[in-house]
Amino acid sequence: MRRAYRELQGLFAAYKPAGVHWKRVRDTIETRLIQDLRSLDRPSQPERVRFLLGSGEGQDPSELTLTATNVPVLAEHPLVKGPPFPHLKVGVGAHLDLPSSGVLILGVGSGNQLLQRLKSQHLSKEYIVQGVFGKATDDFSDTGRLVEKTTFDHVTLCSLEKVIAMIGGTHQKALLMYAGIDLHSQEAYEQAVAGLLRPSHKTTPLITGIRCVHFDPPHFTLEVQSLNETQQYLRKLVHEIGLELRSSAVCVQVRRTCDGPFTQQDALLHSHWDLDKVRAAVAEAGPRVWAALHHGRDVQSGERREPVRVTNTGQQKVHTTGDDKGPSPEHLP
Amino acid sequence: MASVFYQLCHRYLFIRTCGFLITFHKTRVYQRTTQVAQSSIPSSGRSNANYWLVARSWRLPARQYTSSGDKVQPADEENAPKHLLPFDKQSQQIAQPSLQDCELPAKHPLENITEDEAVQINAEPPLPACSNTLKHYVEQSETLRQLVLLGVDLSKLEQRPNVGNMLIRLDFEKDIKEKLLFLKEVGVPENQLGPFLTKNPFILTENLEDVQIRVSYLKSKKFTNTAIARIISKAPYLLNFNVERIDNRLGFYQKELGLSKQKTMNLVTRLPRLLTGSLEPVKENLKVYEIEFGFHKNEIQHIISTVPKVLTANKKKITAIFDYVHNTMGVPHHMICKFPQVLNCKLLRIKERHLFLKYLGRAQYDPNLPNYVSLDRLASLTDEVFCREIALATVKDFEIFQKTL
Repeated sequence: MRRAYRELQGLFAAYKPAGVHWKRVRDTIETRLIQDLRSLDRPSQPERVRFLLGSGEGQDPSELTLTATNVPVLAEHPLVKGPPFPHLKVGVGAHLDLPSSGVLILGVGSGNQLLQRLKSQHLSKEYIVQGVFGKATDDFSDTGRLVEKTTFDHVTLCSLEKVIAMIGGTHQKALLMYAGIDLHSQEAYEQAVAGLLRPSHKTTPLITGIRCVHFDPPHFTLEVQSLNETQQYLRKLVHEIGLELRSSAVCVQVRRTCDGPFTQQDALLHSHWDLDKVRAAVAEAGPRVWAALHHGRDVQSGERREPVRVTNTGQQKVHTTGDDKGPSPEHLP
Repeated sequence: MASVFYQLCHRYLFIRTCGFLITFHKTRVYQRTTQVAQSSIPSSGRSNANYWLVARSWRLPARQYTSSGDKVQPADEENAPKHLLPFDKQSQQIAQPSLQDCELPAKHPLENITEDEAVQINAEPPLPACSNTLKHYVEQSETLRQLVLLGVDLSKLEQRPNVGNMLIRLDFEKDIKEKLLFLKEVGVPENQLGPFLTKNPFILTENLEDVQIRVSYLKSKKFTNTAIARIISKAPYLLNFNVERIDNRLGFYQKELGLSKQKTMNLVTRLPRLLTGSLEPVKENLKVYEIEFGFHKNEIQHIISTVPKVLTANKKKITAIFDYVHNTMGVPHHMICKFPQVLNCKLLRIKERHLFLKYLGRAQYDPNLPNYVSLDRLASLTDEVFCREIALATVKDFEIFQKTL
């Protein structure tokens, strides 16, 4: 039981179904884990030595002796003490709201500390967002109250991609601003090329990558990589794309396919939320989580060290390269 | 050596005594003892006998523990069972003279005692006068020990208000034994006695004659013995209800559902918690079936006699399932009425399976057309069987599909 509990400590991903609150997901997983842990065989009941009074054999009955006997401690009986694991510390990473589905990171026990560290890394999340042209609702989803109906015959893939590129460009600019590094430096260029630019602190929602993966009017599907977003923000994005195309659009589905080091393939479906599967998932995810955290540290320390080396050695060279190629990622759109 | 230990022990006891006196001076008994203690503290010599008296007379009311941590009640020494004394019998023998015979000078804490006497002293720390768990009293109390061995979950009971106090005042031989024998006679299985008492500890304070009357009422209603055993073990609180109340409830189900007497009895036997649970949600659910869902009276009767659980189910949950099955999947009322198990199932499961079948082009719920999928099979089969027999796909495909929802 203790061993199983120790092996549980860490991070894993669950697949949150649409229409279920993330708190329900967390609570269900907690209760199932506790149930499974309790069904394992527990350590034997502790005993203690008591000196019981009794007259020894073949002796004078008036003479009393003490005999040492092992007596189970009744106060430690599971029915008196209560079952083991009254609760389990299960924490949730970036939330998903009620109608959205997808990868939800959960931490068990000491995994909650990793959860905090992972959060401070500002790793990007990937979403699949499905939208439909032709109508607008008050909450930007297809279940909301209908506000207007529009035509969408004039919308083509080309015009949609133009709008998407424009959105991507503005967010790229904002990202460079929030990244907190000098634009005209070699380091900024290298990070931008590797796609490692991250904001240093909490920011407004940022879209680091957006593309259209499927277009079949009125339906369209976008793949969005973003930071610090909410699912409602993505729905609003779909609405704004609709307006920008002189039409209107509602969001049908928001699905998170990737959250930091966890992808959809690793996420456990609700039929697999039990001790064995979670244990295996935690063990499997361990090295990847460490890699993600370690990688972040490398980049951060690089940020600090790099300028020192630059001033010492090749200032000239860095400046030239920075001037030549530095701004290029900005002009991607 | 032993005598020195004895002295230390009693010193320790005295210190504890004073501590508790300060803590619990609110109650009458303690007020009296504090007065004695204050008056005796300044004097010396013979007044040490008084000290002993104080300590002992304090220890007697200490039997009245509270488990919920509220005010300690004044001592009622006649009712307090003897085995609850914090001392073992051996230690009582020593304590007796100083208790009964106040004229005799009691033993001075520093006086030498013989080895025999020293051996008999039980030097355990005193019990807390008030605690919020029964853990401390289990070792000393015979009642609690027997209950634990019976399988009663004290850790659950101590969380309920007043139950801890009630249990600790009971005497196993006097109060509990005959109730247990009666329950066994009625037909509660032996291994269910512990869980039964965990659910309803108040049966122990109920008058045995009243309980017998209630069981004979059930017998007079022509319930069979096995039915009575099932009803009582599944609905432990029924024996605490008086006969009029049970009668009212049976009448309610017969009248509201329009069932015959035999059918009502079957319904109650299948789901005994209908008798002890609240009637409001049942009334509400019936209205929901009739007005919101639009079922006919005889359809409701059929649904309830097949799956009684839908009467007590959550209104929101049932509405969501009906809405999905009827409006999204397009299943008519008479089909839902034919397979009412679907209302008892999880919405998420129905949703996922329906969408999977729809994706495969197999979502066909009309029995007159080929490739008919019955609602019952859709809702109740396990994932493996569902994929193999209905969807004709592998479980892996189904899982991949679930991750696209």
